[in-house]
Amino acid sequence: MSSGVAVDLENITIRFGDFTAVRDANVSINGGDFFSFLGPSGCGKTTILRAVSGFLEPSEGRVLIGGNDMAGIGPNKRPTALIFQNLALFPLMKVWENISFSMEVAGASAAERRKRADELLDMIALGGQGDKLPSELSGGQKQRVAIARALCANPDVLLLDEPLSALDLKLRQHMRTELREIQKRVGITFIYITHDQGEALTMSDNVAVMKAGVIDQIDTGHNIYDDPSTPFVASFVGENNVFRGKVKSISGNEAVVTTNRSGDLLSRITPAQVGNLKVGDDAMMFIRPEALELAPTDADSKTTITANVINEEFEGNSFSVFLEGDGGKMIKMSVPNLGQDHISARGENLSLRYDASNAVTMPAGELASE
Amino acid sequence: MSSANLIRVALGAYLLIFFSYLLGPLVVMSLTAFNSSSFPTVSPWACFSYEWFDVLFNDKHIRDGIYYSIVIGIGTVILSVSMGLAASIVLTQVWPKLRSTYYTMIIAPILIPGVVLGISTLVFWDRAGAFFGATDGSFLYGLFHNGIFLTILGQSSFIASYAMLVFVARLQRFDTDLTEAALDLGATHTQAFRKILLPFMRPAIASASVLAFLASFENYNTTTFTIIDYKTLTTVLAQKVRLGINPSISSLAFIIIVLTIFAALAFEAANRNKEHKLAVKKGKASERKSGILPSFMTGNPAAILLVLLAFVVIVMVGTAQKYSPETCKIEVREAKQIAIQQRIEQLKEARRLKDEAKAATQSDAPAAPTTAAPKNSGAFGNVFAPTNLSDEDDAAPKAAPKDGNGAFGNVFDPNNLNSE
Ligand SMILES: Nc1ncnc2c1ncn2[C@@H]1O[C@H](COP(=O)(O)OP(=O)(O)O)[C@@H](O)[C@H]1O
Ligand SMILES: [Mg+2]
Repeated sequence: MSSGVAVDLENITIRFGDFTAVRDANVSINGGDFFSFLGPSGCGKTTILRAVSGFLEPSEGRVLIGGNDMAGIGPNKRPTALIFQNLALFPLMKVWENISFSMEVAGASAAERRKRADELLDMIALGGQGDKLPSELSGGQKQRVAIARALCANPDVLLLDEPLSALDLKLRQHMRTELREIQKRVGITFIYITHDQGEALTMSDNVAVMKAGVIDQIDTGHNIYDDPSTPFVASFVGENNVFRGKVKSISGNEAVVTTNRSGDLLSRITPAQVGNLKVGDDAMMFIRPEALELAPTDADSKTTITANVINEEFEGNSFSVFLEGDGGKMIKMSVPNLGQDHISARGENLSLRYDASNAVTMPAGELASE
Repeated sequence: MSSANLIRVALGAYLLIFFSYLLGPLVVMSLTAFNSSSFPTVSPWACFSYEWFDVLFNDKHIRDGIYYSIVIGIGTVILSVSMGLAASIVLTQVWPKLRSTYYTMIIAPILIPGVVLGISTLVFWDRAGAFFGATDGSFLYGLFHNGIFLTILGQSSFIASYAMLVFVARLQRFDTDLTEAALDLGATHTQAFRKILLPFMRPAIASASVLAFLASFENYNTTTFTIIDYKTLTTVLAQKVRLGINPSISSLAFIIIVLTIFAALAFEAANRNKEHKLAVKKGKASERKSGILPSFMTGNPAAILLVLLAFVVIVMVGTAQKYSPETCKIEVREAKQIAIQQRIEQLKEARRLKDEAKAATQSDAPAAPTTAAPKNSGAFGNVFAPTNLSDEDDAAPKAAPKDGNGAFGNVFDPNNLNSE
């Protein structure tokens, strides 16, 4: 097993005619990492992956795999294997022939190919199914065959383009774990593409969040969730409540923002923007639903919000309370279900509090559209 | 009668008329192949006979024609299927803005009359020969003036377009990701083509080949110009029709019809069996149990018909070896002889009466109608006489009557009758 090869994208820009699909992307992926590109549909994720696998040459910049410049090297010569969004299993070949296709084109004998295919079939728990046609397999089984086919080529880097998007929820969650396990076992670099932030956060060592061809932030899933560097990342990854306003004062890495409807609120400046935010700037402050709680009467007004309840939903493990927010957006509070009957009554005026360390402020910007 | 019934009856009548229109001529033509009458006709029915099959199999022109038709057909299949495949692959990959122009260009030969294609093929390759400085007697000159070579080129110029249409329809359903997946797994472009695209195109290649062969086999308009000194079945038949036709053509038609039905039934039977196997595999149908019929025939009407047809053909071929229509023929000829005798008597009687009348009035006016009648029959008789067709090596029709009529000499030879 190869021990993982680093992939570096240096100043990659990719244009289709006048349209710029990817703008100045700089990413360096450690060997053996599970790295994800996360972004809404159409933001250029597949385009980046195609540049890595060699199906298109970037208009500017370089792709390095294991330190080697890949310019001019075709997809069949790169040490990558791509798992297509639609899997692209060869419909006329049996499962074992699909899996061992890379050996067939390299000239291996049928016996060798069959042996290797059977080993891989055992690994993906499909032993004995090698003589079926892909059309005779279920969605999850096809998925695993596609993975086995890619692994059979002994790639240094495995590229996965939304491989789970066609599966139902249960299977998707199961396959997440399975993929992560396979990655740990084979130890090669995985580059994973998804528009599902849950997938990106659970599986990845590092995540790049993309918006319309631009990479906004690269970090661990944990940091992306806790310390989003732009309003887009804050609103795209997980749920978030936004409060718009102007910076009133800054002390250290904390800022007081005069919000449009909730008065002066205290929060932490997100690490990436410390120093970028000045007093008087337009700012956005984000508080996660789970960071809000019902306020005691003597709570500090700098970390307290009051608003009217619009609606309450019971979600099993928690209650979601929706309150009147700013700019047509609702404020959502998530309260764990500890046996309460309900949290609030419709129309009730509630006071909510939060820890300043759980609220992040950053310069105002574009939000992810829901 | 309720309106639903009325519609059903009307629909039935329509279908009846439609199928008679479609199949009637073929049925009539097939029947004429078995009538001993020397002109393809059903009524009057003379004798049931297989002799026209003998005539057919012994006709060198037709045999040669079939041979060259097949040679040209195979050549056309190879050329037009490869050109059509290439054209269709290019079509799916050219720049979208040029696509419709390219498509129009490729499809144009279908819209151009075959006659024009034939003449232009002839002219073009003659000029091409001149351009390359091919002189009479050189290899190139020979090639560019070779009927088979030119016919294959001429036919392929438009049959390739048909083939391309078949391929484009199939290619539109091809997932280009499959080719990319193959490349990604280390295949070269050639390997991706051979192992992924070509197998996907195989059914289309098969149907395009059949289509191309049939189109080539039945082509006349282009072939008649490009064939030069060779013959194909269509040009031989056309020539025969011009000179006079006999039922051996019907027997050829009958053979072609039977082969077509055979192929269609075999295809259908195989298809049904395949579908059934699939259904069994998916658990939607149970395995057939062989009862009275063998298992491949149960629940498969096409297979049953196929076996019946094969049986009928075998019986026919068997009886053809034994059956001889000679006694019937003799009777028919005798009847004809008597009819002719009677006719002659009538004519004589008419002439005698006329002569008498003439003698009564004036003596030297020519008797136009009486001389006209034999002339006419003679002219038509000659056109349709089998002797016209069997100019060189048609030994069979002459030989057969000789054998059969040995005792009677040549009195009853149909050739005697027709050509007087
Ligand atoms: N071959 C192409 N020609 C022109 N535009 C393209 C091409 N491929 C992708 N695009 C455009 O680039 C953008 C990004 O596409 P893609 O990378 O497929 O997005 P996604 O993040 O959903 O995978 C889209 O707006 C798409 O329309
Ligand atoms: Mg995509």
